[in-house]
Amino acid sequence: MTRLTRARRARATEQLARVVTGLAAAAVVGAAVFVVAYIVKNGAGALDVGFLTGAPRDRGRAGGIFPIIMGTIYVTVATAAFTLPVGVLAGVYLSEYAPRTFATRAIKLAITNMAGVPSIVYGLFGLAAFVLTAGLGRSLIASALTLTCMTLPVVITATEEALRQIPTDLRHAALALGATKLRTIRTVVLPAAAPGIITGSILGLARAAGETAPILFTGAVFQMRRLPDSPLSQFMSLPYHIYAQVTSVPGWNRTLVWGTALVLVGGVSIISVAAAVWRSIRRRKVTW
Amino acid sequence: MVTAVRIAPDGTLSLEAPYVGEAKRSLAEVADIQGSFTLSDVSVAYGREVVIEGVDLFIPPRAVTALIGPSGCGKSTLLRCLNRMNDELGNVHVQGEISLDGQSIMGRAMDPVELRMRVGQVFQRPNPFPMSIYDNVAYGPRTQGIRRRSELDSLVEESLKGAALWEEVRKNLKKHAFELSGGQQQRLCIARALATKPEVILMDEPASALDPISTQQIEDTIAELRSSVTIVIVTHNMQQAARISDQTAFMLRESLDTPAHLIEVGDTKKIFTNPDDRRTESYITGRFG
Amino acid sequence: MTPASLTPNRRRLGRTVTTRAAEAVLRALIYICGWLCIVILLAIAAFLVYNSVRSLREAGLTTMLSGMQWYPTSDPGRFGLAPLVVGSLLVTAVALALAVPVGIAAAVYISEFSGGAVKEVSKSVIEFLAAVPSVVYGLIGVAVLIPAVKDSFGLSSGMTALTGGIVLGIMSIPTVISISEDALHAVPVELRQGSAALGNTRWQTTYKVTVPAASSGIFASVMLGLGRAIGETMAVLMLTGNAAVMPHGVLESVRTMTGTIAAEMGEVVQGGLHYSVLFTVGLVLFAITFGINLAADLVLERQQRRWRR
Repeated sequence: MTRLTRARRARATEQLARVVTGLAAAAVVGAAVFVVAYIVKNGAGALDVGFLTGAPRDRGRAGGIFPIIMGTIYVTVATAAFTLPVGVLAGVYLSEYAPRTFATRAIKLAITNMAGVPSIVYGLFGLAAFVLTAGLGRSLIASALTLTCMTLPVVITATEEALRQIPTDLRHAALALGATKLRTIRTVVLPAAAPGIITGSILGLARAAGETAPILFTGAVFQMRRLPDSPLSQFMSLPYHIYAQVTSVPGWNRTLVWGTALVLVGGVSIISVAAAVWRSIRRRKVTW
Repeated sequence: MVTAVRIAPDGTLSLEAPYVGEAKRSLAEVADIQGSFTLSDVSVAYGREVVIEGVDLFIPPRAVTALIGPSGCGKSTLLRCLNRMNDELGNVHVQGEISLDGQSIMGRAMDPVELRMRVGQVFQRPNPFPMSIYDNVAYGPRTQGIRRRSELDSLVEESLKGAALWEEVRKNLKKHAFELSGGQQQRLCIARALATKPEVILMDEPASALDPISTQQIEDTIAELRSSVTIVIVTHNMQQAARISDQTAFMLRESLDTPAHLIEVGDTKKIFTNPDDRRTESYITGRFG
Repeated sequence: MTPASLTPNRRRLGRTVTTRAAEAVLRALIYICGWLCIVILLAIAAFLVYNSVRSLREAGLTTMLSGMQWYPTSDPGRFGLAPLVVGSLLVTAVALALAVPVGIAAAVYISEFSGGAVKEVSKSVIEFLAAVPSVVYGLIGVAVLIPAVKDSFGLSSGMTALTGGIVLGIMSIPTVISISEDALHAVPVELRQGSAALGNTRWQTTYKVTVPAASSGIFASVMLGLGRAIGETMAVLMLTGNAAVMPHGVLESVRTMTGTIAAEMGEVVQGGLHYSVLFTVGLVLFAITFGINLAADLVLERQQRRWRR
């Protein structure tokens, strides 16, 4: 084979590889576009004031989803209230305090492993630990605690990474002014890392808002007459509502269910995108 | 000129040709001027490797002491001993005795947090906090528990004046510190250090990341501060040391597997015109380093 | 001429007892939170084991794992987990058959052949795909894929292992892409330049140098995709038909381990044998995913160490 044909063949292979891998990437992007388009196309018809502010009727085949939206918001806010302080403190521990020992390695291993535990196993754990052993019953708080265990790794990792981005010089500047380590962290390091921490946490919480398996037997219910009025009451939730409609309501109203899906995906996406945009704006302002 | 009394670490006295450090020492003893350091037999080790050995040094109050020497000779490490910042690096062990105005700052004898309120530091690269100019300067006072607005306001103003930055920023103290130029940021860092009213300010090559004009401004600032605070400055730039310091200390690590020693210390003029040690002479005449 | 008030102060600078106490409390909290993840992980294992004890004692782990029949509500109940385990594996195999080639190819394209805006857009799209709730994937599968599978294979029902596997594959793709892409991206640029300097084309460099160099990261991405697929619940529950019998092919209805727990836990007597068996299923799932994640983590760490400094 001459050198020239070899080079020509290499060029042809190059083109082929580019096309094949490009098609794979295009397929993934196409799938995402399809998901969005399909949800919007089927669900947009349901979106009106009555749907967003009314209560479901006829087992969800008619009416609105207001109490269901509120249930999701409640449980997500409660999850945030547990996850953020604990997760941020744990991230601070790992980034600022943890010695480089086997124990620290074990903690990090535990965190990556927690991120990989199936959501249904969290559901089992929540049922056994919070609902039964802790005696919280099937309740908003039991579900929020279950979701907290699931979201913690995300918040911890986001915090740790954001803290590592902060230059050591900045810490030393505060220490050299006579600030204690804690004051340095509280007044300099954490504020500087806040955009990364908050954005990462919101992405994790948005995912928690869309989870069904962990709340399946820890507090979510299909039908409820009123909004949850205490941490111990049960609650309705968007993802659980979709699941229950499809699997246990004969003749489920397609438009309303797709509308519910649109509200869920739209809400989660808007919050995630807003968080990401806010972070990039803050990043542009502050460069190390 | 008075002949100064030299007090060796072992307590023996000797008479010597005066230089500013010695004159100030006797003055410090009489008039209780604050901000003098006495180092005796100070050694520093990173882990097991001894990097500095047997340093004896008196740092006079209200004067500028320059630490010079080739890179890697432990100037910055020695500087960090003075405000115990080596504690923060981990695995750094300091031995010997260091005292600030006669009070030991080693070990449990001194809370490093308290020490650092008395001994400020300015770093190699400007490192303002990501907050407003005002909040940067007010950080130290707030750390000391000062909350009164009027008190903070006047401290911020004095400190910015002390760092020769006041006129440039008085109109927009709320501006984010990152919007300042590099030289302004470094003067802001000096102001930030001044706001805790320290007795001593340590400067670790404060102008090495700056352009010549900003460097000039920093040097002017140092010249103005020397009458009110003790300044210890690490510098690579020998002209700078000659221009701004009263006392110069030359450190050298003669080979990679021996620790650095303090070769010579004395009045800056003498060090730069007529050093006692051959090695000092070759360094300042640019034969190595 | 420095202002006179800049002269050093002689104020007592020490910290008060209360601030010291507050600091001690806060520091203790930080340490507790730092260790909390290990506590939670151990608690998960402990609760799963504790609740499984009854079934392990009465039915036995090997009997359960080898049992071919799952009739939990008959009397006496039969708790053969084999159909469920096989169901999970079958669905996961389909998912990986889709996610691995597509995911790795897309990662290669994004990392090696694309740049600028294309790269940024595809990365955000992948993040979006990862953020879509699994129940929504289930819903799309119900609306689109079930009828499609039913019609194309002439089946009486479109709820099959294939249906669930395809959707699961799409759900695993973001994991495979993002971790593979990270691994490819971490390969030092000098390595690529070295290969290019020898006259290799971009693609030759990719498959001769970059992909082999990133191989352990790519392997980890497959492992994590596998972990995600095997642990996924809602989509498979809505799509696979949930027949708890030993399947003979991908066009049959299957029931996965996750689906079994989700479908049956709501109706069992707490503390009963069936309840305990479901915890054993959870324990098996936990053990499998734990092993997978541990392996992936070790592989990833080795990869990272390789390119450090």
